[in-house]
Amino acid sequence: MNPVVNDFSVRIATPNGTGSQTSNIVIHRALLRMGLAANAKNLFPSNIAGLPTWYQIRVSPGGWQTMAESWQILLPLNQATIGKDLRESAPGTVVIDNSDWKTAESAFEGFVRYPVPFDKLARGIDNAKLRPRLKNLIYVGVVAWLLDIPIKAVREALETVFPGKTEVVDLNESAAMIGHEYASENFTKQDPYTTESADQVGNRILVDGNEAAALGAIWGGVSVVAWYPITPASSLAENLEKHIEKIREKDSEGANRFVVVQAEDELAAVGMALGAGWAGARSMTSTSGPGISLMAENLGLGYFTEIPTVIYDVQRVGPSTGLPTRTQQSDMLQVAFHSHGDTRFPMLLPANPGEAFTMSCQAYDLAEKYQTPVVFMSDLDLGMNNWICDPLEEPSADFDRGKIASDEVIARLENWGRYRDVDGDGIPYRTIPGVTLHPDAAHLTRGSGHDEDANYSESPEVYSRNLDRLARKISGMVVDLPEPILKPGQGGMGLIAFGTTDWAVEEALADMESTPDYLRVRSFPFHQQVGEFLENHESVMVIEQNQQGQMAQLLSMEYPQLAGRIVSKTYYGGLPLSANFVREALQSASEVEAR
Amino acid sequence: MSEEKAPAVNQLGLSKADYKAGASTMCKGCGHDRISEAIIQACYDLGVDGRSVIKMSGIGCSSKTPAYFLGQSMGLNSTHGRMPSFATGAHLANLDMNPIGVSGDGDSASIGMGQFVHMIRRNPKMVYIVENNGVYGLTKGQFSATADRLSPSKRGKFPREESIDLCGLALELGAPFVARSFSGDKKQLVPILKAAFSFEGLAFIDVISPCVTFNNHEGSTKSYTHQKEHGVTYHDPFFIAPKEQIDIEYEDGELQEVILHDGSKLVLRKLEKDHNPAEISSARSMLQETRDRGEILTGLIHVDTEQPSLAEVSGLSREPLVRQEQGDLRPAAGVLQGINDSFRI
Repeated sequence: MNPVVNDFSVRIATPNGTGSQTSNIVIHRALLRMGLAANAKNLFPSNIAGLPTWYQIRVSPGGWQTMAESWQILLPLNQATIGKDLRESAPGTVVIDNSDWKTAESAFEGFVRYPVPFDKLARGIDNAKLRPRLKNLIYVGVVAWLLDIPIKAVREALETVFPGKTEVVDLNESAAMIGHEYASENFTKQDPYTTESADQVGNRILVDGNEAAALGAIWGGVSVVAWYPITPASSLAENLEKHIEKIREKDSEGANRFVVVQAEDELAAVGMALGAGWAGARSMTSTSGPGISLMAENLGLGYFTEIPTVIYDVQRVGPSTGLPTRTQQSDMLQVAFHSHGDTRFPMLLPANPGEAFTMSCQAYDLAEKYQTPVVFMSDLDLGMNNWICDPLEEPSADFDRGKIASDEVIARLENWGRYRDVDGDGIPYRTIPGVTLHPDAAHLTRGSGHDEDANYSESPEVYSRNLDRLARKISGMVVDLPEPILKPGQGGMGLIAFGTTDWAVEEALADMESTPDYLRVRSFPFHQQVGEFLENHESVMVIEQNQQGQMAQLLSMEYPQLAGRIVSKTYYGGLPLSANFVREALQSASEVEAR
Repeated sequence: MSEEKAPAVNQLGLSKADYKAGASTMCKGCGHDRISEAIIQACYDLGVDGRSVIKMSGIGCSSKTPAYFLGQSMGLNSTHGRMPSFATGAHLANLDMNPIGVSGDGDSASIGMGQFVHMIRRNPKMVYIVENNGVYGLTKGQFSATADRLSPSKRGKFPREESIDLCGLALELGAPFVARSFSGDKKQLVPILKAAFSFEGLAFIDVISPCVTFNNHEGSTKSYTHQKEHGVTYHDPFFIAPKEQIDIEYEDGELQEVILHDGSKLVLRKLEKDHNPAEISSARSMLQETRDRGEILTGLIHVDTEQPSLAEVSGLSREPLVRQEQGDLRPAAGVLQGINDSFRI
């Protein structure tokens, strides 16, 4: 039997809330310590304890960060799902099961089975109080034996998980050793899967998108943060608070140059962010689908009264409560034209933690320069899963606070008005209360109709002129928005994707003989290159993670004359997109073409 | 040669006209206009620089009034019921500014009840005025949540639901400054407003403000007549600015002093009954007793100058966040390197 080295997926099924997450992370980290670009996806339920959870770790020669659709090694350690877990596994799958459960032998037919009496072995753990949690470490030891992961790597992984707690590391390691010793004494290797140290990681780092975005906000100078807890966005604000406490320099009296408020709901969270933006501070709020829906009215006010702020939407599966712990890209259309009335919101579409950091930082400049709420569109897969990526890059640009109506500016412009388009780019000069003191500066910002001087107006001409200026202003943003990235292929068909879909596309294209030209869109409104890409390809497939093909629809709306060229391919089951889906989508398209 | 009489000015050299703004579009005789006048009077007397005030409001008749006072101040007319959150954000962004929040009974007691409640819990420094008339004026006279059950509409219909007493609710929530007044009682409202401006926390004032168009008829409990007949108060308030000397005629045991954060004082001259607004139990029982008798208690109901403000509990810098520069906000070179190192595998 030829060994299969560094090319497999391990699926671990456990009930959540039992401490198994630590064991799963230790296996992932141990593989990383070996220099393998192992990827882990946590498929968890919307529940505190007891419901099934799956953790899937993938090691591949290419170091791919996407989730594989199948697995070669299964640990069905949740008695409630063992039948289903086995049924979903392909023949020949390696199964490490709990032999104390007395599962019928027939269930394991066709698998390579390593039965481990986990309950009996757990009695060998001396610490009775910690026994239920430490029990999970036994399977870490069995997996280490199976895949030839050095014990040293396991210990190093434990040291990362429990930094500075030698005693805890020792306890966990000895529990893992129980499994390792049992396996080496009782099993002979019957399967081909194994690991070898490699240099797949290099200088890269491991971080999730929420933490990277939170750091980007700090580098972007956010100082008022208002949020309301929601999966999968909570860890963005929580990480922001954790880091800003440490790295934002205090004032001379040791006081904070930031404030974080946990609001009573998303209406209040976005209200606070907009209030702070109106007053002149860099502000943000973070949320997911249900929260974005609640923010609609206030965001409309922000658009119409031209208040800078940054909204983070870590998308999950909708509509309604949907699947709170699963991923989707399904808020695109809603956000693009959020709130009642004619609006258009700029969206940033990061695909990886590096971009999450950079775009999050940049969002504050965009919001202030264009005096509008900017929406950072992430998703659960990017936000809550760890990704191996290049180190976060220090921003090279200084803050751009945009056009501020200082007293000098008002005196110089003579005809300054809060909403007057003095420069012809649709962007007026904004005031900062208490800083702009010129006698002509005072005005009442209002969501009702207003003229160039911010006075109440019901004039049809004034209203239309104002809406037109707003539309022009937002369209003009493209020069500063992240440009799309073109990856030329062999021509023929075009492919458009955005956000986390990129990972599956990249992997699928890597092993195709003839690849389409691939354009990754990174912002809305679209750059000119997007229209050109549609013009240059007779057929363009748009792959995305929602049912209605929302990006395809946006493209059709923006380029109606080219809409007939768009072929929409969508996945909306809520799991991270696999490369296989992309391969099959491209395959089906080329078959259609061949006919 | 005749000498023109110079207009009276305050300590900033500003005349009262400097505190006015656009002409009101309220109905003639609307209580809200009297409240705007009281705000103008209080700010003029205190010598407030209008440019240090931000006027925050929601939606409704009352929320339109910031256009009619303090023309030198900036303001934000936000969404229905959401003034508290916008005001909180603006306040945190710039602690140098003094927010005046103007809301109505529809804005605060119905659609914005959640924000009203949580703003009290948070205790930001600001003046929060509810111009309370028991009806939705802009939408032509529907009952609001403060409309009393026994108070019929103009067409003789009665509210089906119990009314909400915002002062009672504010007390229950632990508000540190709770007052009620009447738009027609400038003598009481102006000193209470001045004390509210000097208060380092949330100063909530429920002002009964009759709607002359929809809720000033016989039988209404929010009418001018009803308030004049059933309004009761236990104090006459006098506001004394820091270092100001004012002699008030009084007899022994008649005066109570509330010393505010900026050194100013609200002196309360006792009327017929003992009520110490520093005692929450006294505040609660006074409110309940008057309600039971069908009276409407006005005056400073409760004050607690010890409660820490939102800015204090947040450990927020006194230097306004809006004045922080890139050098203050962006971590120094090298910090990101350390973060990246912590993410190494």
